[in-house]
Amino acid sequence: MNLAIFLLALFDGVAYAALVFIVALGLTLIFGVMRILNVAHGSLYAIGAYATVSLTGYVLALGFAPVLAFPLMIVSAVLVGIAIGGPLEYFLLRRIYDKSEVLQLLVTFAVFMILEDVQRLVWGTQPYFDSSALQVLGNVSVFGVTYTAYQLILLPLIAVVLLLGMRFFLRRTVTGKLITATTEDREAAQSIGIDADKVFLFTFVIGAVLAGLGGALASPTTSILPGMGADMIVLSFAVVATAGLGQIEGAALTALMIGLGRSFAVYLYPEISVLVPYLIMVLVLLVRPEGLFGSPAARKI
Amino acid sequence: MSTRTDQPDTTAGKTSPEKGASPMKSALSLLWIIGIAAVVAVPFVAPSLKLLFTFAMAKGLGVLGVTVLLRAGQVSFGHALYFGIAAYAGAFLMTAMPSTDFLIVLLAGVAGATLASIFVGLFVVRYRGIFFGMLNLAFSMIFWSILEKFYHYTGGADGIRLERPTVFGSALNFNDFGMILYYVLVALMVGLGWYTMRWFNSPVGNLFQTIKTNETRLEYLGVSPKRALLSGYVLSAALCGVGGVMMGMAQGVVTPEYVWWVRSAEMVFIAVLGGAGSVQGAFLGALIYEAVRTYASVYAGDVWQMILGGFLLIIILFAPGGLIGILESLFKRKSDKKGGGK
Repeated sequence: MNLAIFLLALFDGVAYAALVFIVALGLTLIFGVMRILNVAHGSLYAIGAYATVSLTGYVLALGFAPVLAFPLMIVSAVLVGIAIGGPLEYFLLRRIYDKSEVLQLLVTFAVFMILEDVQRLVWGTQPYFDSSALQVLGNVSVFGVTYTAYQLILLPLIAVVLLLGMRFFLRRTVTGKLITATTEDREAAQSIGIDADKVFLFTFVIGAVLAGLGGALASPTTSILPGMGADMIVLSFAVVATAGLGQIEGAALTALMIGLGRSFAVYLYPEISVLVPYLIMVLVLLVRPEGLFGSPAARKI
Repeated sequence: MSTRTDQPDTTAGKTSPEKGASPMKSALSLLWIIGIAAVVAVPFVAPSLKLLFTFAMAKGLGVLGVTVLLRAGQVSFGHALYFGIAAYAGAFLMTAMPSTDFLIVLLAGVAGATLASIFVGLFVVRYRGIFFGMLNLAFSMIFWSILEKFYHYTGGADGIRLERPTVFGSALNFNDFGMILYYVLVALMVGLGWYTMRWFNSPVGNLFQTIKTNETRLEYLGVSPKRALLSGYVLSAALCGVGGVMMGMAQGVVTPEYVWWVRSAEMVFIAVLGGAGSVQGAFLGALIYEAVRTYASVYAGDVWQMILGGFLLIIILFAPGGLIGILESLFKRKSDKKGGGK
C-alpha cells in the first residue's frame, strides 16, 4: 500500500464518515429524546437525496448558476423535515409513546415500508445522478493525490459544525435545555411548565431534517437508487449502536471508525468491505453491550 | 428446583382463561379441524390452488418462527436469514450430491438454519427490543451481501437451482413431487404447529414467555433469561428453516431474495396480521397474505409495500389481536348470546 492509495482510502473514509455521521446524528438525537428508534429515518435520507436531485435539476434547467445547488440542499432537507417528519410525529408517533418498544419499532417500520414505495412512485426505479455541486468546488491536490474539495473539505466541515452546533444547542440554548430536561424526566419537565409534546415534535423535525440533509449532501457523490434508504438505516444504526444509543459525540467517533474501516477494506479486501461496519459493531457489542460510550441502564424492578 | 417453582405458574395460567371460555374454545377448535380438512382436500377439489397453498404453508412455517419470538415480546427483522440459509443449504447439498433423498435435504436445511441460529443466537440473546430486532436485521443483510458478492459459489443475484430430490430412492415427475411436498407440508404444519403449542405450555416455553412479562423475576428464580431466549430463538430459526427449505424445493431455485429484508418484514407483517403470538394465526395469516398477494399484486405491484405498511399500522393501532383476535371475539360474542341467561 503506497502513500497515494493510503491517502485515497483515508479521504474516502473521512468523506463517507461525515455523511454517515450526519444521518446517525438525527437518529441518535431522536432516540435519545423520544426513546424511539425511527426505522423510517433511512427513507427520509433517501427522500432528501431524491428531492435535492429533482430540485437542482429543475433550477439548473431554468438557467441559474450551479452554485444554487448548495442552498437547494438545505431547502430539500428542511422540506423533508417539515413536510414528512412533522406530520409523522404529530399524527402517528404521538399515539404510541405509551406502547411497548417492539410496537413502536413495528410502527416506524411500517412507515418505512410505505415511504419506500412512495419514493418508487414519485421517482421511479431508474438511478439519478447530479454532480453539479461537486464540480462547482473543483478538486484539491494533497501530496499528489487529487480529490474533490466537496468531499474532502466541505463534508467533514459540515459534520464538525453540526457536531459542535448540536453540543452548543443542547447545552447552552434555552430550547436545547428544555429538550435535555424533557429527556431526563418527562413528567417533572411537564410539571414545571414545559410543553413536552412540542419538544418532541421539535426534536423529531430536527432529526428528520438531519436525515434529509445527509441525503442531500450524499446526492452529488452517489447515484440515487431505490433501496439506498434500507442500507443507510442499517448502517447508521450500526454507528449509533456501536457508540451507544443517544451518544452524540460517540456517534462522531464511531462514524469515523466505521467509515475508515470500510474505505480501507475497499482497497485491501474489496470482497468484505460491506461487512466491515457490521464486524466492527459486533466486535464492540460483544465486549461492551451498551456501546462504546453508553452506560449500562439501571434496571427498574 | 427451577422446574418445581414454575409449575404452579403454568397451571394457574392455563386453567383460568379456559374455564370461562370452554364452549368458545371447542367451537374454535372444531373450526380448525374443518380448516385442516379443507387444506387436505385442496389438491383434489381445486388443483389450481395447490401451488398457492404450498407456498402459503411454507411461508407459514417461517411466520410461525417469528410468532414464537413475539411470545417473548421480541421482534426480529431478520428471520428471512434462516429461511434463506436452509434453502441454500438444501441447494448446495443437491448440487454437491445430485439425487439426494428429499428427507435428507429437509434435514440438511433445518440443520443449517439451526447451527446458524446457535451461532447468531449466542450473540443476539444478550439484547432485547430495539437491539434484538435491528441486530437480526444486520445479520440478515450481512448474509444477503455475502450471497450477492461471492457469486462464484452462490450464483449471485440469479441464485442457484435446487434440483428435484428423489423420494425414498425413486425419482418423481413434477406433479407427483408437488403432491408429496404438499402433504409433507400439511403434516409439518399440523405437527410443528401442535409441537409449538405444546412447547409454549412446557416449562421451557413458560420461562421463555416470561421474558415478555417479567424478566427480572426469571433471574430471581435462578433461571438464565439468555438461555431461555436462546432456546426459543433456536426453535424459531429451525421453524423458519423448515419453511425455507420446503419453499426452495417447491420453487426449484433459491435466490438472495429469500434473505432480503423485505422477506423478513413480510414475515413479521404476517405474524402481526394473523395475531401476535398465535400459532393458527401464523398459517391463517400466511394463507390470506399469499392469496391477496397473488391476485392483488398484479394490480398493485408498485404500491404493494405501501399497502402492507398501511395495514400493519391499522392492525397495530386498531386491532392489536390480529385476525385471530377478531375471530375469537366473534366466537365469544356468539357463545355469549347463546348462554345469555348466565
